[in-house]
Amino acid sequence: MLISILEQLINGLRTGSIYALIALGYTMVYGIAKMINFAHGDIIMVGAYTLYIGIALLNLSIPISILLTVIVCSVVGVAVEKIAYKPLRNAPPLAVLITAIGVSYFLQSVSLLIFKATPIPFNSVINLQSVKFGSLNISGITIVTLIVTTISMIILTLFINKTKAGTAMRAVSEDKGAAQLVGINVNKTISMTFAIGSALAALAGILYICQYQTLKPTMGALPGIKAFVAAVLGGIGSIPGAMLGGIVLGIIESLSKAYISTELSDAIVFGVLVVVLLVKPSGILGKKQNEKV
Amino acid sequence: MKKFLAGAMALVMMFSFAACSSGGDVEQPSDSESNTEGSAEGSDTFLIGGIGPLTGGAASYGNSVKQGAEIAIAEINEAGGIKAGDEVYTFALDFQDDESSEDKAITAYNSLMDKGMKAMIGTVTSAPCIAVKELSKQDNILQITPSGSAIECITDAPNVFRLCFTDPLQGITMADFVKEQGFTKVAVIFNNSDDYSTGMKNAFVEQVKTNGGEVVTEEAFNEGDVDFSTQLTKIKSTDAEIIFCPVYYEAAAYITQQAKELGMNLPFIGGDGWDGILAQVTDPATIEGAVFLSPFLATDEAEEVAGFVAKYQEKYSATPDQFAADGYDTVYVIKAAIEKANSVESEDMIAAMTEITVDGITGSMSFTEDGEPDKSAKFVVIKDGQYTAME
Repeated sequence: MLISILEQLINGLRTGSIYALIALGYTMVYGIAKMINFAHGDIIMVGAYTLYIGIALLNLSIPISILLTVIVCSVVGVAVEKIAYKPLRNAPPLAVLITAIGVSYFLQSVSLLIFKATPIPFNSVINLQSVKFGSLNISGITIVTLIVTTISMIILTLFINKTKAGTAMRAVSEDKGAAQLVGINVNKTISMTFAIGSALAALAGILYICQYQTLKPTMGALPGIKAFVAAVLGGIGSIPGAMLGGIVLGIIESLSKAYISTELSDAIVFGVLVVVLLVKPSGILGKKQNEKV
Repeated sequence: MKKFLAGAMALVMMFSFAACSSGGDVEQPSDSESNTEGSAEGSDTFLIGGIGPLTGGAASYGNSVKQGAEIAIAEINEAGGIKAGDEVYTFALDFQDDESSEDKAITAYNSLMDKGMKAMIGTVTSAPCIAVKELSKQDNILQITPSGSAIECITDAPNVFRLCFTDPLQGITMADFVKEQGFTKVAVIFNNSDDYSTGMKNAFVEQVKTNGGEVVTEEAFNEGDVDFSTQLTKIKSTDAEIIFCPVYYEAAAYITQQAKELGMNLPFIGGDGWDGILAQVTDPATIEGAVFLSPFLATDEAEEVAGFVAKYQEKYSATPDQFAADGYDTVYVIKAAIEKANSVESEDMIAAMTEITVDGITGSMSFTEDGEPDKSAKFVVIKDGQYTAME
């Protein structure tokens, strides 16, 4: 029984850390550009297919394919920002939101045109033996996922708090106008944010297909939405909040599947979003911001 | 301004007609064309409509049925077509994609009716079949589903017949298999939002209990789920000896692979939806030893089967699965019905269905009043990464 609970917790931690990686992208973009980038989930799909192209079609080595995936995703992320969102910098939030949904459908349809709807099986690039502690069994991919997520988060936190570019990002998120006055290039900072967010989504995409080993054009949609819930749960705009939100959500999902009902697990996950919005709209670690008059 | 509007409307209409007529996979000759063709060769075209998933998660089934049917049609047309009354007919197939969804299947059905469909193969999967049946019943069109195995696919519709086994029958057969193999404790993992999966599961659970066995846990999942580690972890904590997965191959591939990752070594068994799984798994070792039901096995040495497999491999460079065989047999059943009725009127063909016996590559079959087939099942085991017949 105890082993079973532990294993379910590990399952939750694994899905949760993938959610957290994606949620970071949502939260960073929201913090800086004050918009919800609904196309973010589809960047995972772009990443997954890029990895597939690199390894299965171009026969590149694994590290080069991973590097290619991260670069392609960052470029796509920045391009989306430049083409679709930048012209709307001063438009009402609703226009930007709808554009983001449009971009999401655009990315899905393009991949549907290129790769067709039939799922493509993909052999995991992470072949690590599972580790056994007594009767507790942790698969190799779970260990890799946890390590990659932890390292990415540490690097991201250091980057934001210790580097000049990170300081610029924080400044822009606090006050765009003031940041510009002190000589920060706002456009460059926003592009950089999209690039970093998309690179994290690329990592999430790689981990996701190594876990599930099947590629579909719509594969990014559901994890994207769940990661958005995670970002809101943790407090949108807050980076530690996104990490915490992702992991908490993964564990809630896993435990509710295991001990309440598999049919209701998605309802519970989205129910959590409703409750959080009712009780603490700013999220677990979100700061309550008073509207300036 | 009005002129401009009218012009624009005319353009739009032209485009939409053009779009409609290019929808099918096989171009249906227009009426005048088929008439001239008919008089030249002394034969008319008998349009068989096909509906099934050609894209999406169940695409393998639809494509197989379509390709199997194409081979049968080529054979029949090469041999001079079918004689009914004073006319000789050649078959034409128009196979439409429904992505295994109800609304798309209904659109496909209506478009096929507009094109003059005389009999229908389909639909390939269960849920769309239940939706389309209501329409075909009103039009009284002969409909034969090659692979729609939910009970409701053919109930209350005297014009609808089935070529494959029903879900409950598969469930019962697998439950008996479990008993024969000496297992008593079974775990089940099934798709709660799918008629095929729940139908098979319910009959299986019932029969296991009747056989004195025990279903230790029933784990449900929803359509589109890709993560089964929670359900599998739960099964792992029970004393189950075997896992029954009445699911389609896509989910089965996820489940078996994740079970391996969790270090589980329990044997898997499934229904006919498992057919095609070898193309979906990245490592065949994860499904080594799994057993499922199938009416057709490409390695069968019977002459008709070997001939079909050779033709199929030549044309599509792939080994046919049971769905291809189902599609092939369905065409021959339609042919037998036309010949028996000596007419291509829907009513006559439907009446003839219960009087025919067809020796197909999925076994010898006849049909009951209810539309159910009378035929026997084969067990298939995955051995050394190949589908193999079980002794």
